Amino acid sequence: MWDWNYVFDILPELLSALKMTVWVTLCAFVVALIIGLLLAFAARSQWKPVSLMTKGIIEFIRNTPLLVQVFFLYYSLPLLTGISIPAFYAGVIGLGLHYSTYLSEVYRSGIEGVPKGQWEAATALNYTKAQTWRSIILPQAVPPIIPVLGNYLIVMFKETPILCAITLVEMMLTAKNIVSQSFRAFEPYTLVGILFLIISYIASLLVQRLEKRMNLQRGK
Amino acid sequence: MNAVVIDAFAGAEVPQPDPNPAAEVKPMVRYKGVTKSFGDLQVLKGIDLEMQPGEKVAVIGPSGSGKTTMGRMLMTLEEPTEGTIEVDGELLWHMQEKGRLVRANEKHLHRMRCSVGMVFQHFNLFPHMSVLRNVTEAPRKVLGLSKEEAEERAVSMLGKVGLDDKLKMYPANLSGGQKQRVAIARALVMRPKVMVFDEVTSALDPELVGEVLEVIREIAEEGDMAMMLITHEMDFAKEIADRVIFGADGLIVEQGTPEEIFDNPRSERLQNFLQRFRSN
Repeated sequence: MWDWNYVFDILPELLSALKMTVWVTLCAFVVALIIGLLLAFAARSQWKPVSLMTKGIIEFIRNTPLLVQVFFLYYSLPLLTGISIPAFYAGVIGLGLHYSTYLSEVYRSGIEGVPKGQWEAATALNYTKAQTWRSIILPQAVPPIIPVLGNYLIVMFKETPILCAITLVEMMLTAKNIVSQSFRAFEPYTLVGILFLIISYIASLLVQRLEKRMNLQRGK
Repeated sequence: MNAVVIDAFAGAEVPQPDPNPAAEVKPMVRYKGVTKSFGDLQVLKGIDLEMQPGEKVAVIGPSGSGKTTMGRMLMTLEEPTEGTIEVDGELLWHMQEKGRLVRANEKHLHRMRCSVGMVFQHFNLFPHMSVLRNVTEAPRKVLGLSKEEAEERAVSMLGKVGLDDKLKMYPANLSGGQKQRVAIARALVMRPKVMVFDEVTSALDPELVGEVLEVIREIAEEGDMAMMLITHEMDFAKEIADRVIFGADGLIVEQGTPEEIFDNPRSERLQNFLQRFRSN
């Protein structure tokens, strides 16, 4: 049933698709990190309309399926605006934007973990708001949340098969194409699963080590 | 000389230039009818207080009497509900706009804060920075000093508090007394005209209190900076303060020289307070 020759035949194609999968994940993660931070700032705004609107946007994005969102970006947005986005960018924006709403929550917990006295000391030394964020608050808020951010990176990686729905040639779509030519489904899909497992497992080990190191640093 | 007018609820009117030209020394700090409410709770009920340049004022009183709130207002950490505060002749929390008194914007507060410094009960050192960087960061970022200038200033200030051998250490590795001395150096290096010391020894182990008070005593002796010492250390207040303020229930109940306050308390509240303190 399991044909090793067939496996070695299709492996190179799947591995090159794996590169695309990792690349789209990393790009989307950077988008999520940046937009997530901006959302966290905006949600804290003292100006009520901004914070309320931001919280509304966050709820909206979280409570609609990612698949619907990437469909909208790839198929509907061009109809509405006349601008069509290549599948790769639609995937990066869709995945990044979706997870930015979760990361904004992670940032929030990190920011709220910084004691109030740190803000007061910064005020007493006459730091501007921007200086306070840059040199006092974020350097203390971010290190404790790095492991959580790492876990989200892994979750995003495992979500990439959704992007095969907008014709992004990542691992899942590559496997599907192979299956549609050879009519053998067992090996390609199993291989995709194994490749996901290997990468995710290695990444989670790295996150665990990072977490241990962070704990050591904070406990010193 | 202690021109304190008990004029509660003076309101937020535009302060007129002093009509009395004989008052040549203008006060460094002036609270006028200052109140503060947190929700339904009124913690300050009308404070009028002046501090002269270089004057050391100790503020004593039972917990919950609004002492700390008074200091925090001067550091712009708490906004007065009513009344005005002036620093060096200029309104702190208000500014003139088209002849009307309006709430100060961030730019105004930023400018005013140059004159004020504060040392906190819980130190509030930056844990992610070395001792040296704790003290150099603000002079570089806020005052725009070069790295060399900032470090020179910081090292000499850390020398003054006896910690110039700990430049590379992190706050987590210091004792409470050392942390507080770094915090004092960090505030001093900005060269404020008035500094608030908010119960700076209350969080310290008893055996570490002395070293911090010693440092403050030395700073006080240098003389040119006005100091508001919010404290429970009565002996210390008696020794270094020019004037002592006794506050209770959100009002200034009594004030005078250390001798007047500690040796001849007039009000019953102060007498009770001191008695309770001595019996502890």
